[in-house]
Amino acid sequence: MKMKNTLLLSVFFLGAVGIFSCNEGVQEDQPTVKIEDLTKDQPEVHGTEIKESDITITNPLDQKMVAEGKATYELKCQSCHKLTDEKLVGPGWKGVTTKRQPVWILNMITNVDMMLEKDAEAQKLLELCLVRMPNQNIAKAEARSVLEYMRSNDGEK
Amino acid sequence: MKKGTPLAWLLAIAIFGLFTQQSCKPKGSSSGVSSDAAAKAYVAPGKYDEFYNFVSGGFSGQMSVYGLPSGRLFRVIPVFSVDPEKGWGYSEETKPMLNTSHGFVPWDDLHHIAMSVTKSEHDGRWAFGNANNTPRIARVDLKTFRTAEIIEIPNSAGNHSSPFITENSEYVVAGTRFSIPIGDNTDVPINTYKENFKGTISFIGVDPTSGEMNLSFQILTPGINFDLARAGKGKSAGWFFFSCYNSEKANTLLEVNASQKDKDFIMAVNWKKAEEYIKAGKGVKKKVRYAHNKYNEATHSATSTIKEEVLVLDPKDCPDMVYFMPCPKSPHGCDTDPTGEYIVGSGKLAAVIPVFSFAKIQAAIAAKNYDGEYDGIPVLKYDAVLHGEVQKPGLGPLHTEFDGKGNAYTSFFVSSEIVKWSIKDLKVLDRVPTYYSIGHLCVPGGPTSKPHGKYVIAYNKITKDRYLPTGPELTQSAQLYDISGDKMKLVLDFPTIGEPHYAEAIPASLVMPKSQKIYKLEENKHPYAALGEGKAKVERKGNEVHVYMTSIRSHFTPDNIEGVKLGDVVYFHVTNLEQDWDVPHGFAVKGASNAELLIMPGETQTLTWKPEKTGVYPMYCTDFCSALHQEMQGYIRVSPAGSNVPLTFSTGTNKPTDTK
Repeated sequence: MKMKNTLLLSVFFLGAVGIFSCNEGVQEDQPTVKIEDLTKDQPEVHGTEIKESDITITNPLDQKMVAEGKATYELKCQSCHKLTDEKLVGPGWKGVTTKRQPVWILNMITNVDMMLEKDAEAQKLLELCLVRMPNQNIAKAEARSVLEYMRSNDGEK
Repeated sequence: MKKGTPLAWLLAIAIFGLFTQQSCKPKGSSSGVSSDAAAKAYVAPGKYDEFYNFVSGGFSGQMSVYGLPSGRLFRVIPVFSVDPEKGWGYSEETKPMLNTSHGFVPWDDLHHIAMSVTKSEHDGRWAFGNANNTPRIARVDLKTFRTAEIIEIPNSAGNHSSPFITENSEYVVAGTRFSIPIGDNTDVPINTYKENFKGTISFIGVDPTSGEMNLSFQILTPGINFDLARAGKGKSAGWFFFSCYNSEKANTLLEVNASQKDKDFIMAVNWKKAEEYIKAGKGVKKKVRYAHNKYNEATHSATSTIKEEVLVLDPKDCPDMVYFMPCPKSPHGCDTDPTGEYIVGSGKLAAVIPVFSFAKIQAAIAAKNYDGEYDGIPVLKYDAVLHGEVQKPGLGPLHTEFDGKGNAYTSFFVSSEIVKWSIKDLKVLDRVPTYYSIGHLCVPGGPTSKPHGKYVIAYNKITKDRYLPTGPELTQSAQLYDISGDKMKLVLDFPTIGEPHYAEAIPASLVMPKSQKIYKLEENKHPYAALGEGKAKVERKGNEVHVYMTSIRSHFTPDNIEGVKLGDVVYFHVTNLEQDWDVPHGFAVKGASNAELLIMPGETQTLTWKPEKTGVYPMYCTDFCSALHQEMQGYIRVSPAGSNVPLTFSTGTNKPTDTK
């Protein structure tokens, strides 16, 4: 029995040494595929930061954009945002364009993960609502139309 | 003495145990594992595997996807069997996928995988699988990892010799395992097999852009059994090779009666020639019935069409199209090497592995070097087409894969081992035991012209003492061997679903970039989609109640429904309004006699529900979606048949009433 134990122990150590000495090799054997590189061509256009200089605000409102923004609202936003100031899942939209800068609104729509990570105001809203605002796969131009619709909802002409 | 006896007994038992244990395992160490195995199979948390392994699920009817070298299971793709977890075969949208000429068939037996190729190299677009029992071929789309299409094969019984694929995915094939009476009168005595039973080989065309399948033509063959097949490559690309057994044409006790002859056949088919005959109008239209089922990504729905015609070529009218090559003892595997020059036959009962040469086959055909005919089809002389035989390779050779370095790897069921041998000089180079009784094996890219090598995976038939026991039925298992050196080294055992038969492995880089994340709501053309919460509604059409429902973190709209009556059939059409990766929602309603729904982002799926009693029924989201997932629920009220409760629906507005 003692012999067997010794044998077992030595086998165990041999195995352990074997594993240890091959750790270097593990690094080399790791595949070089990176998901970030491989998924660039996905339909999702979400996630690029919008800069203040990227945005033009004009008056009167572009009615075509207002209509497009309304269609996007009904498809992708209405489930959680009311047009009044009443909170549903997320805050109601009434007054949002007077409370927030356009660049904040556009990044919140198209780049919500970055905002929830970095922006203090966005983080406060998450604490309030407790549901992460989902990425709804809205392109930059679409988001701009949503902003136009928000301005219209806030009574801008 | 009194003290000594028990110890002596113990020792004797221990020694006896050691010996008996040793004797029921193949030679080699008791675990067979190499010392650096853990490191080789280790993929650190958060890191990716190098290969996808698409593995047949055997009698589960499904296709499973593992990572290599880790052996981690990623997904079970429902193909031929219903899967209540995913709603496959239960949702209204997926039911037509399992339709056949025999009606809805909820189960089958998936044996072999064929991955799409361009110039005989993996292109990462589709994986095909065969249904063995009710003959069909399925195409799985590797963008979505879902079954996109299923086509039934008429004039076939036991679609085993399938779905092997040609050099540029022009065709997948379906050779019938069972020969059967074909034609107008199929009600014949079984013992008239020799007069009345025929086989068929089907060529299913694959559209190069969409992948859509089409039953292009069939070749009528003598009444033998077709087992496995491989297309040629390069110079032999215009040919297809099928292993055949039961050239005795036995219809009973095949174990004995189909093992009488020294040699059965490998059937060589010049499919380019067959195409010419089809163009020349030699195909005869035959009346058949088969289902062709397609899943539409825009409507998120499948359709099933019954088709009634097939073009059949009879080798009698088509010379130079089909030849037989004698092959020892009930050949099973029939594999072409990466160059397309060598065809390896594996007689299940043979003591050698014959390797045929394509150049010699062509020379023998040109010289009409025949050894007579079999049912009117020329039989080529064995010695004239033989490159050589691997001598004493092992017992019960089954299948062969290649590493692209001139080596072949053959599985041996009876002697439970993998044998590595050199194609050129037919010398055995190495052998490793498998635990136990290997069937198929797979080298990544092994059946292509550019194998990726690195590993060979054994798919075993018996696991016996390899895992913790789980009652009479034990886990199925695969084993991963490192083949990068001269010696094959066992690295990992990993359990599999169903019974794994053939599998293919493909570099992750060929599949990963195309993997779809969401279905775009803008592209959703489902007739019952609610594209936006404002479009959610409930409509009555006679006794049908259609609920156009939306789901988003973390509520359904509507979530309060009243006015359903006993006798109504309720259709929940649930649209997932999420557009973010990895946010499916589920849907379940109490008492549903079918299954749940799992709805991917942007998708619409329908569950049918026939309430049997009055009352208020809960419904909820089954796929944990957010911090308030447990709040994602609703109620549907069912009233008596004659009730005048109006049809109403809402979310958030059905506020409590004071009933006092």
